[in-house]
Amino acid sequence: MAETINMPKLGFDMAEGLLVRWVKQVGENINKGDVLAEIETDKATVEVESSASGVVLQHIVEQGTVVPVNAPIAVVGQAGEKVDASNVESGKKKEEKIAEEKSAAPTQPIPAPVASTPAPAESGPVKASPLAKKIARDNNINLASIQGTGPGGRIVRKDVEAVFTGQSSVIGKQPSAPLITYQLPTSIEDKVIATTKLRQAIGRRLVESKTTIPHFYVTHEYKMDALMEMRKQANAFLPDNEKLSVNDFIVKAVALALKQFPNLNATIKGNEIIQFGHVNVGVAVTVPGGLMTVVVKDADVKPLRQISGEIKAMAARAREGKVKPEDVEGSTFSTSNLGMYDVEEFIAIINPPEAAILAIGSAKEVPIVENGQIKIGWRMKATISVDHRVSDGAEAAQFMQSLAEFLENPVRMLV
Amino acid sequence: MAKITMREAISQALMEEMDRDPAVFIMGEEVGVWGGTYAVTKGFYDKYGADRVKDTPIAENAILGAAIGAAMVGQRPIAELMTINFAFSAMDYIVNQAAKLRYMFGGQFTLPLVIRAVGGGGRQLGATHSQTPDAIFAHFPGLKVVSPGTPEDAKGLLKSAIRSNDPILFIEHATMYQVRGEVPEGEYLIPIGKSKVQREGSDLTIVTYCKGLELSMKAADELGKEGIQAEIVDLRTLRPLDMEPVLQSFKKTNRAIVVEEGWKSYGVGSEIVSRIYEEAFDYVDAPIIRVAQKEVPLPYNRTLEQAALPQVTDIVAAAKEVLK
Repeated sequence: MAETINMPKLGFDMAEGLLVRWVKQVGENINKGDVLAEIETDKATVEVESSASGVVLQHIVEQGTVVPVNAPIAVVGQAGEKVDASNVESGKKKEEKIAEEKSAAPTQPIPAPVASTPAPAESGPVKASPLAKKIARDNNINLASIQGTGPGGRIVRKDVEAVFTGQSSVIGKQPSAPLITYQLPTSIEDKVIATTKLRQAIGRRLVESKTTIPHFYVTHEYKMDALMEMRKQANAFLPDNEKLSVNDFIVKAVALALKQFPNLNATIKGNEIIQFGHVNVGVAVTVPGGLMTVVVKDADVKPLRQISGEIKAMAARAREGKVKPEDVEGSTFSTSNLGMYDVEEFIAIINPPEAAILAIGSAKEVPIVENGQIKIGWRMKATISVDHRVSDGAEAAQFMQSLAEFLENPVRMLV
Repeated sequence: MAKITMREAISQALMEEMDRDPAVFIMGEEVGVWGGTYAVTKGFYDKYGADRVKDTPIAENAILGAAIGAAMVGQRPIAELMTINFAFSAMDYIVNQAAKLRYMFGGQFTLPLVIRAVGGGGRQLGATHSQTPDAIFAHFPGLKVVSPGTPEDAKGLLKSAIRSNDPILFIEHATMYQVRGEVPEGEYLIPIGKSKVQREGSDLTIVTYCKGLELSMKAADELGKEGIQAEIVDLRTLRPLDMEPVLQSFKKTNRAIVVEEGWKSYGVGSEIVSRIYEEAFDYVDAPIIRVAQKEVPLPYNRTLEQAALPQVTDIVAAAKEVLK
């Protein structure tokens, strides 16, 4: 009995996923648990595992298709088995419907897949007569590059044929004889790039955040000498691939400070503030085409070395587009660290539905004044952005002080 | 070649076949002593007598019933309907008996029956006597439907129809009896079920038949003055429908209009357009346009009647539209 594999629901707010790549082709053997395909959701590119063993009998949707959650994407069964057409058809219809809705909404361009698959050549319906389409297909001409002269801009036979005779109005076509003799700078033309699903998600969420959450900001400077010294000592005992970063310490310190300020480890829902029981610290990671927040669950109770290992593994997966849903779910407070780029300080936008985010600058050796003496010391600035509906400046400032107690006396993180 | 009228061509076909085969006979209202409502059988009564040119009561079901019976026992009746509008009175005989007898009796009977019927509007005969219901009859498998647009075709097709062993509805247009055209000397036959290119051109294809052919030829002349070369494919037979010349022409021009006198909805044009989309989709360069009668009962008032019927100007306009 052939089994239909459906688009999985990976997160409570996932409505659809983009099928980026088929890992198993039709006719290939597959075992239960093997990776069948890669899909891109609002949050991540994830692998879909087969829930059945056998042979991939059919791909119901093509690569690059947006598929609603629970709609069938493939059929797995025994070799030579007949595919139940009704399943497949209903899947196709759903998918077409989605596709129509997509093309109707200009804010949803077809995303370019993150993985190595090339984007489809035509990004929207081109109005062309069937004959024009056939001539274009036979001669490998991209219809999107032709200006139609038929009713409503329809591309007709003569428009395509004009490409051969050189009389066409191909968009962006260079004149055959140069009108100017000097060399223009290269790349003078505007580039149009379709946004990825990830870019759209970032845009959507942060517009929502910045337009609905009243942000306020508190900046604090931390003395990092002790922490830098302790890190040096600790790393002396650790293999190269397990060295602790400054950020690992900060994540731990933030988690411990949040334990004392549960009001900042929270969310607001209508007239209620929900203070989370767990302290799950999100860490912003740069990925191709955007950023993603990986989550260290229960960072307040995990040892530094475990925190460090988890962040390394999740960040690597995120950068390869292979992040797991659990890597990016459940954050209660986020951090963003631009320290590696020699940044004095910056402010971050709150990652909804959280109540605050911490933006961390570079730890630097700077001249400091201590007891009337100028000395050299390690300093680092961090800025917290807070939802004013949840908390106020005094509480945020106290949190930053509490964070200082851990960062400046790092031994406290060990006991 | 001699230039004769449609009336003379049809009359010649009938007379030649009656001379050739004594089993051929004519029956209908006023076909005998009066010589036919449109004078097609003028002189026949005197030449062949009452046995072979039978005047009937005004009862179309009786005409068809008797003709079907005669055909079943080996005669070759030509039953004339004064207008095709009266065919509805004999509908059961036409579509349930004539079209199906051979099939229902497992081939034990053949039905060498020709039903000549006069159709079409334009003579101010009112809504019930002016219809062009050709598509209705072409709907039924088992009944061949022929409708010529030139004297040459009318003569050759009618002679083939009379010699056929299948029931054939032969539709003539009420306003075309005076149309003149060249007709070959001597005997000739034109096979049923073959469409024909009546005029060659390269810019668009006009698919039509019967009265539509006359109008389309005039429209093509008008278009020619503006440098537009229309190719005209005459269906001549609606069932069996020969799409080959239509498709060949369309694959050359990639643009087409279909001209018919009947109503547009569920009409001949709908069938032709569907077939082109089904069989030559990759050759379509513009949506195909149907030119047809306005969707109203045909008015008696001459101005309104002409406004409702497809005209040469409508065809010219449609041709220009499809070439946009």
